[in-house]
Amino acid sequence: MSMNPVAVTIFVVLFAFVTLLGFGASRWRRGDLNHLHEWGLGGRRFGTIVTWFLLGGDLYTAYTFIAVPALMFGAGAMGFFAVPYTVLVYPLMFAVFPRLWAVAHAKGYVTAADFVRGRFGSHALALAVAGTGIVATMPYIALQLVGMEVVIAALGIPMTLTIAGIAIPDAPLLVAFVVLAAYTYNSGLRAPAMIAVVKDALLYITVLAAIIIIPAELGGYAKIFASIDPKTLLLPPSQPGNFGPQSAYATLGLGSALALLLYPHSVTGLLSSSSRQSIKRNAVFLPAYSFALGLIALLGYMAVAAGVKAMPEFADGFKTFGNNFAVPALFLHSFPAWFVGIAFAAIAIGALVPAAIMSIACANLFTRNIYKEYINPAASHERECSVAKIVSLVVKIGALFFIIELPTQYAIQLQLLGGIWIIQTLPSVILGLYTRKLHPMALLIGWAGGIGAGTWMAAQSGFKTSTYALNIFGTVLPCYAALSSLILNIALAIVLSIAFNLVTQRPRVDATLAEDYG
Amino acid sequence: MDKPAKKRGFRLSTLLLLVPYAAMLWVPYYNRIEPELAGIPFFYWYQLLWIVIGAAILLPAWLAGSRSGAS
Repeated sequence: MSMNPVAVTIFVVLFAFVTLLGFGASRWRRGDLNHLHEWGLGGRRFGTIVTWFLLGGDLYTAYTFIAVPALMFGAGAMGFFAVPYTVLVYPLMFAVFPRLWAVAHAKGYVTAADFVRGRFGSHALALAVAGTGIVATMPYIALQLVGMEVVIAALGIPMTLTIAGIAIPDAPLLVAFVVLAAYTYNSGLRAPAMIAVVKDALLYITVLAAIIIIPAELGGYAKIFASIDPKTLLLPPSQPGNFGPQSAYATLGLGSALALLLYPHSVTGLLSSSSRQSIKRNAVFLPAYSFALGLIALLGYMAVAAGVKAMPEFADGFKTFGNNFAVPALFLHSFPAWFVGIAFAAIAIGALVPAAIMSIACANLFTRNIYKEYINPAASHERECSVAKIVSLVVKIGALFFIIELPTQYAIQLQLLGGIWIIQTLPSVILGLYTRKLHPMALLIGWAGGIGAGTWMAAQSGFKTSTYALNIFGTVLPCYAALSSLILNIALAIVLSIAFNLVTQRPRVDATLAEDYG
Repeated sequence: MDKPAKKRGFRLSTLLLLVPYAAMLWVPYYNRIEPELAGIPFFYWYQLLWIVIGAAILLPAWLAGSRSGAS
């Protein structure tokens, strides 16, 4: 692909601008950045509006904006499950997460594992929750790089840079990541919070332009939908004795919604807000992003209608990135060069925000629930915070290594497994917010059973799909493995809790009080 | 006499939170083309519309929460 100087210049200028913002963010609502709750939670001082930008940038990642339309482009209606998924997230956020915020605020908890440790008094269970969070998040960070890689390649920026005769592969990606690592280290959660504002402004401009200009060029929505293969425009109808893809669609939506808020980066974003009310307000106003996501999903169909796949200038891109190239190709085809620069900057900067928050969330987990718990219990606040900063670097280097050295397919498969694993912390974290009666050993067995069953179900397809067809009394029910394994997990946790509580007299270990949740 | 009424109001608005789950999980209801809206099949505009309804449905619970003073 040839490089377009106008698009590249605008892209680079915007990128440089958010870099300055990222470093400057350390001075914003200044706090002592040697304390973990200041560096890693922004001092819990983000009001409703900042939280809205932060969570918007955090939950709706660059990878989502590339992968969802790519799925629509390739598979049709199935890819639209992202919409019911985001519809179902917010009632849950509204009803449940103010409670987690309240108890974390009252007790100084920084991570979900901190809460589990306090509520159930079990080191092992807290370690399981923390470990699951770290392992599920790592491939997610790696996938943010995929989003960035696609737009950098689409701009025609050469991926290999030769300096003094030495070829450096993936140089633009390395530069972007070094910059990201440096300002995250320096400013903590304040950096992505500030950058998220710019990213969202660019994103909304891009989406608005795309849904007005592109359908006009293509002759209206009716024409766009008419160009889609009628076989994939809807989900195939259920057969007698087999619900087929419709049950896969519904369970993917529900399971993904239940999993999303358990991810460490979601918890970090939610706990950094300044009040319970600001979480509730965000549950009401965050769906604005869902709407943008729904429209972006339709870009996949616009790419089909525009016929970008058959255009010779995009053949290389599709060969390298598969359907993930659909949206960049559509933008290159439909927009003037200067606007391509803005749109691609929105996607690339959109990768920086969640990558920063995810690495901070992993750092918080490692520091609080592994380092302080097992390695150096006497660590001072300063020591705790410097460990977290270093871990945030290590996590990002790991993700970078992953993307450069291993096939992208591995990151995608691991992220798919990550969803199945993280949902297994639901009984400890969400049910734990409402009852202390669950026995920590039962929760741990349920967690292990859920992870085992969910991983086994995904393995049956060779980790290609996350749905597994259950056979219930002769009726075939394709179901998202995260959801079916979660049901097993909850059943184990409840039944074994009843059994264990009958057999053993457990002393009260709950460090939280009923009023901490109000 | 005041208290139970308040509690019932709270329950109703909380129950409302379950409506989006019913609307989104019953896929056979919306897995169809007709009626189209401005050329967009029902399957697509119905789900997009629910993003808006889903947000609106949180409003009564939000108002109930801030009225009762539970911050």
